[in-house]
Amino acid sequence: MTEPAMTEPAVTEPAVTEPAVTVDEVRLGEEFTGGAAGAVASDETAEYALRLADDALILAQRLGAWITRAPELEEDVALANIALDLLGHARSLLHYAGTASGRTEDDLAYWRDEPAWRNAWLFEQPNGDFAVTIARQLVASAYLGALYPALTASTDATLAAIAAKAGKEVAYHLDHAAHWTLRLGDGTDESRRRMTVALSDLWPYVDELFRDDALVDRLAEAGIAVRPSTLRSAFDRAVGDVLAEAGLEVPEGFVAAGGGRDGRHTEHLGPLLAEMQVLARAHPGASW
Amino acid sequence: MVSARTLVASVARDPGRDERDATERARRIAAAVTDPEIPVLTIEDLGVLRAVEVDPDAGSVRVTITPTYSGCPAMDTIRDDLVLALTAAGYPEVRVDLALAPAWTTDWMTETGRQKLRRYGIAPPSGSAAAGSAGSAGRGGRVRVPLAVKCPRCDSLRTRELSRFGSTSCKALYECLDCLEPFDAFKVL
Repeated sequence: MTEPAMTEPAVTEPAVTEPAVTVDEVRLGEEFTGGAAGAVASDETAEYALRLADDALILAQRLGAWITRAPELEEDVALANIALDLLGHARSLLHYAGTASGRTEDDLAYWRDEPAWRNAWLFEQPNGDFAVTIARQLVASAYLGALYPALTASTDATLAAIAAKAGKEVAYHLDHAAHWTLRLGDGTDESRRRMTVALSDLWPYVDELFRDDALVDRLAEAGIAVRPSTLRSAFDRAVGDVLAEAGLEVPEGFVAAGGGRDGRHTEHLGPLLAEMQVLARAHPGASW
Repeated sequence: MVSARTLVASVARDPGRDERDATERARRIAAAVTDPEIPVLTIEDLGVLRAVEVDPDAGSVRVTITPTYSGCPAMDTIRDDLVLALTAAGYPEVRVDLALAPAWTTDWMTETGRQKLRRYGIAPPSGSAAAGSAGSAGRGGRVRVPLAVKCPRCDSLRTRELSRFGSTSCKALYECLDCLEPFDAFKVL
């Protein structure tokens, strides 16, 4: 039993009821990204996951540049939220891709040079004006909105799980892009002119999204990947409906060479990577 | 010869029961961790806490949580808070796993969670995701029939969406046409 005099300091000085533990003292080493625990991707599945991851990460980085610069505050928030979703997809996919080679998501995001990136050209195209960003969002979201629901049927449990999560979010992104396409296409003469120019500037990069190659053929045979060519009709329908409603035409014209899946990129990727990677490369292993 | 006393002791040491008690204790501690962005909600209210498993021999705990949105930055904080809370409670080894499947839906938010949200000034998700009012686009042929979002301040159903994206991934921005207050509403996902 303690005497009354002894209990007094405990009142003024809050008693430590539990051991003080800080984040630094406990082990937080492991990467914290989704996917079946312990699942390891094969080399080919990892390469496929890297394509999906790079599309998402490069687009997220592009969209992040709009923060504080969008036409209105709500758009700052909207584009940042969309970028955050894409970053989430990229992290899960990068983590999974890294399991094949023992690399972390940060290794893959910050320490690969341009030729090692697997994103399609569309995603690295500059933001341009707001119409260009919306046109890129419309194309990207319609493509991803067709891809992820199909990928939920993958025989690879990790890819299927990531796709199920991402599919719901990308549908919301498509809605956002569609609303803005209607407003710009059906708005003023100037907004309509800009949206028309934006669509025709970006259209050359559409074809690359739907190109099959030997890798996806093999993975699709195994039920792991989705052949991009099978998504084209759903994409055309989704985009065609929005453009028709907005009074805009589906552009025609030349098709860009592409080659992002093989590490050949436009001149726009290098500066983007430099900005994205500079901090991690200046302070390797830093955390905060 | 087995005395009554040792019989009682062996019943009390029933390993299955010990394990259940230990798991229940760890689960209570994990369930009390709150969302850093909506501090009135625990991760149990949110439906983010999926499983708590205890290995009584090793004293280790494995907690499984699921993200609301893929990029939700609160997940890292929740992970750290879980490790801290359980470590402080005496579990030497705490592991937190992130499960993506099955994908989280607002249908998993508890009724208590919905009431807490409303009192906090955030409109809880209206209706059920499973009933088909989820997120998006009638463009795939589905017709989206959103339920009216009720103002958490004055309960009016006369509200309008200001922006489909709000202060966090899981919320949209609304305004009440009666009391004129803007408010966050949890998106149905």
